[in-house]
Amino acid sequence: MWYLCYFMHRHLGFRREEVQALADAFGCGSELEWGLPHGGSPDSPFWYINLPSEEHARQIASRSCLVKGIYEVWGEGATLDEMLTACQSFPLEQKTKYFAPEIVFKICIESFGMKIPQKTQMEYIRKLDAKLPFEGKVDLKAPDHRFWLIQAVDPVKNCNVSAIVPPRWYFGREIATGDRSPMPNFELSNRRYIGPTSMDVELAVIMCNMVGARRGRVVYDPFTGTGSILVAAAHFQATTLGSDIDIRVLRDGKTNKAGEQVDVWGNFNQYGLEAPVGLLRFDAHRPPFRAGLEEFLDAIVCDPPYGVRAGGRKSGGRKAVPTPIPDGLREGHIPSTAPYGLPECLYDLLHFASLHLRVQGRLCFWLPCATEVYTETDIPSHPALRLCANSEQILTRRWSRRLITMEKLRPFDHSSPHEVPTIDCPALVAALEGEQENRHDQKASNERSLRDHVMKPDREAKPAKKIPMYRSKNV
Amino acid sequence: MRLLTHNMLASNVKGVKNGYPLRIEATTVETKTADFNPEFLKRMFPKLEWKAFCEASAALGEKGLPAQVSPETLEDEEFLKAFHHSLLELHVEEGALICPETGRKFPVNKGIPNMLLNEDEC
Repeated sequence: MWYLCYFMHRHLGFRREEVQALADAFGCGSELEWGLPHGGSPDSPFWYINLPSEEHARQIASRSCLVKGIYEVWGEGATLDEMLTACQSFPLEQKTKYFAPEIVFKICIESFGMKIPQKTQMEYIRKLDAKLPFEGKVDLKAPDHRFWLIQAVDPVKNCNVSAIVPPRWYFGREIATGDRSPMPNFELSNRRYIGPTSMDVELAVIMCNMVGARRGRVVYDPFTGTGSILVAAAHFQATTLGSDIDIRVLRDGKTNKAGEQVDVWGNFNQYGLEAPVGLLRFDAHRPPFRAGLEEFLDAIVCDPPYGVRAGGRKSGGRKAVPTPIPDGLREGHIPSTAPYGLPECLYDLLHFASLHLRVQGRLCFWLPCATEVYTETDIPSHPALRLCANSEQILTRRWSRRLITMEKLRPFDHSSPHEVPTIDCPALVAALEGEQENRHDQKASNERSLRDHVMKPDREAKPAKKIPMYRSKNV
Repeated sequence: MRLLTHNMLASNVKGVKNGYPLRIEATTVETKTADFNPEFLKRMFPKLEWKAFCEASAALGEKGLPAQVSPETLEDEEFLKAFHHSLLELHVEEGALICPETGRKFPVNKGIPNMLLNEDEC
């Protein structure tokens, strides 16, 4: 059945991808169909979705943070009257049961583009009332059914929204609403232990939805840091596993302003979430898993280090032949590490995923993107992994990052010499190296590094000229 | 560190052939209840090295697990409860994991095993 899928006007490139991934997780992925919004722009929030049942719609929406609601449309039109006429033509057998006197309902007004004053809202309700014979009881606090009048308004401020969303009216029965509660509940500003690399809650939720994290599934983050992505996975009751090469972040944590010692375990305690089944310190380049252990993970979610020379680290010193450590000094020796550039890191990540994910398990990671030189071949690939989604988060005019989701198609083929990742992004590497060079001149220039843009987004910054005005930060 | 994790770990020091299983030397072990999910247990069972798991469990004081597990055993509530307890409810907070071949110690502090290799072990 076709429904209206009304999206949040945020993270535009992630919305349908999140819903598709959830549909896959709930078993209706191949039946899901999309219908373009009225006006034809994919950036409009008013998409149409075809799902096998209302129950599927509810399951998907219950986990989505980018779906506002899914509705059975009774009528739509360019004017209120046109919409009301359409409502009257909507098949009677689908409406009558909601007109019955036993029904406890509420009519809600929603607008996209401009706030509608209370007086005008009451006018709309009166007009609806006149045309639709609801006989039931109105309960504003706890209705059994909600009906929505959604108006896409031609905005007064010139932000070109009308270019993507022509003025329109929709009236429909609410099937399901999205769930944005994790955002206030887990917000980073209230979290006990965060670091500069902690993942934004909304994005962590999206990542967990992209991989179908749920109870009984094992989700692993090889670059755990403060555990921010795993907190979202634990919220969805997945069994979590995390590792990092930096023992200070994992084990030691820090002393907060109140003088308390906080660490990664404490983050899970704070919300009453099941702690990770393991937090380990090791090098993602040399994982210490036993030979013969394969296909034991359901999902891998991570934000790998982006740098080329000043980013991630791996084990092994910089010397080709390391200085031997005297026996007496072994215990307590701090291992020397070598730079771990992005291409090598991605190679290891894809190889690890192709070996250790269960079939149909998913890998989801961020890939930095230098917008001027980006091509699709920058995306890593592997014969055993299928690219499911590639969503762009715009950071600045020159930099964005892309959330890449891949699914394991089949078991790892040990007999094939071609069963290796392909990493081919020379222009990206050059751009990242250029970034690193610039950092030495940080004090001189006002140019902010890629890292700064991700960790401390400048909310007052003017959006890049190349992107449309309605795509401000986070859209 | 719980035994589910321990079961997956091996010593990957350069040149080591028999780095599994790691012997557990635990100075502090804690017991914390965990969400009991039989489906999860049945799903993870094929991924475990059962003998190593039983030995590790015995090292932490839980000796009751059967050496052989048949499909019927996996449906038995008593067994599942004991399996669950050893797999997910025993936490090695402080101690070390020891490579069976070289004796190299991987310390465990605050529940976190430090598996990072020194530069001459890679």
